[in-house]
This record gives sequence, structure tokens and C-alpha cells, in this order.
Amino acid sequence: MRATVLVRPKPGILDPQGQAVESSLRELGFAVGDARVGRLVDLELAATDPAAARAEVERMCNQLLANPLIESYEIELAT
Amino acid sequence: MTDPRPRVAVVTFPGSNDDGDALLALELLGAEPVAVWHGDERLPDVAAVVLPGGFSYGDYLRCGAIARFSPAMKAIAEFAADGGLVLGICNGFQILCEAGLLPGALRPNASLAFVCRDVVLRVERTDTPFTAQCEPEQSLTIPIKHGEGCWFAGPELLAELEANRQVVLRYERNPNGAVGDVAGVSNERGNVMGLMPHPEHAVDPLLGSTDGALILGGLVQAARAGAPGLVSAST
Repeated sequence: MRATVLVRPKPGILDPQGQAVESSLRELGFAVGDARVGRLVDLELAATDPAAARAEVERMCNQLLANPLIESYEIELAT
Repeated sequence: MTDPRPRVAVVTFPGSNDDGDALLALELLGAEPVAVWHGDERLPDVAAVVLPGGFSYGDYLRCGAIARFSPAMKAIAEFAADGGLVLGICNGFQILCEAGLLPGALRPNASLAFVCRDVVLRVERTDTPFTAQCEPEQSLTIPIKHGEGCWFAGPELLAELEANRQVVLRYERNPNGAVGDVAGVSNERGNVMGLMPHPEHAVDPLLGSTDGALILGGLVQAARAGAPGLVSAST
């Protein structure tokens, strides 16, 4: 089973990377706003049961992949 | 109990690069510095621990996020829980925040630029082991050199820390976007402190300032006296 974890800076957290990306896109002529830059982690899991896999990846997020003070996360599972 | 040359550990992680300067500064200020490898599961017999600056584990994932799981960190968490003195400098500060030993988190500088220059800090309290040699509201000139020193805490956490007077050092001119101009914070008990500026780079007139010696000298003095935590407990 594969998991994809999306980690984002929480709303209200200053995201200078997002601001820099947004300003570069604007200079290229794109009409964009509110760009935020996060992180994507792909994982190959030994677990085969989706519920168990999700619970395991949530533990990974809380312990290491995200800092709950400043980041939120989303988990996608695929077989 | 007083120890004329208290033993102070400096922990080297893969990617630490200010461990050598920290060892030299502590020796200059009267301590017996003890180099500790991050893979050591037990701390040697020391009176204080310094986590130095650098780029542990290449700053992968988040600064300090991987170093916090080093075997030595478990021993340091126990040392801190027992009231032992722990000072985190720059990357060491980031590691202590990631480990939950200090409040808040360090984010990329608001400017996105790496900042490397002297800054002026204001000492917000002098009843901590780390600032006991400073005058109240003294201005200290100490260099910073970091890309991710923008300390963050939400409004509720910041209010709690201000009420507890855990903000020990503040920038006079904010160089990185840190919330509340925070340059250094302590835990509630006062025996663990982290700061982004580098006191170990400001202990000799040749380096442009000796103000860092007040911070590290305070640590050495407290280690010598064997009196961790706040000098006078707040009521």
C-alpha cells in the first residue's frame, strides 16, 4: 500500500516561500494570489489494511513528518 | 557544592559546525568542556549541556526535526527533567523546540535571506542562570547567522509565555520576523533556554564583542554553583 502525505503551513503562519513563489508567478504574468508552499512525502507501507495504514501514517505525521504547532497534514492512501 | 571547573557537555550532531567554538568558549570561561557524540545514549557526568549551532542532518524535513531523535537527546530530555541546565544555540534552539523542551517553532526568515551579522539584544530578565551576569535591560551585541530563525508561537502561547516571563532575550531590531521580537526563550522552570544568536562567537575582543561571555559565563557560573533553574524562583 502506498501513502502520500501533504504537509502545509497552517493558515495564519507566515510563509515567505509562498510569498516569493507568488511574486515570481506575478512577474511572469500569472494572476495568482495566496500561494503557499508545503511538502509532499511519498511512502511505501508494509501495512495492507487501509484503516491500520492510515492510523500508522497519522502517528508518523504527529511524531515526525509535521510539526503540529505550525503545520497541518493530509493523508492519501492508494493500493 | 562548588566545582572550580564545572564539566559542561557540548553535543555534536552530524552537521553541527559550532561545536568547536562552543568548546573553546566554555574552556575560556572556566569550564571543563566535554565533547559528546549524538549517538551516545548516556550523558557523561556533567553539570550543564550545550547544543551547538549548525545544520544537523542537513536541516532535512525541518531544522532540528531529525536530530531530536538522536540517542543523546533522550538522555538530555531526562537531564532537563531533573533540572539540569541546557542551552541550545541556533540549531540547538531549533532542536530543543522540535523536541518539545522549549515552546514555539523556528520558521524560515521572513526575508527568506540568510542573515549573518551582529544584532543588538535586550535582556528581559536577569534571574535566569543564563542571564545572571547581565544587567536588567542590558543591550548585548551578539552575532546571528541563520536562515530559519523566525521564532513562532500563536497568540495564546505567546501571551502565556509573556505572562510567565519566559521571553529572556529580545531583538532591538527584528532581523528575521520572529513573533514578539523573540531572540531567546526558556522553559517555565527556567533551566532550559534557547537562542538564535551565537554567544560562543562573541567571547573575545578580537571577534568584535565579548557580550556572549555574559551568557555562557552565566551558564558556567550556575554549573559551578550546582544551582540549576531560576536563581530566585518567581512567585
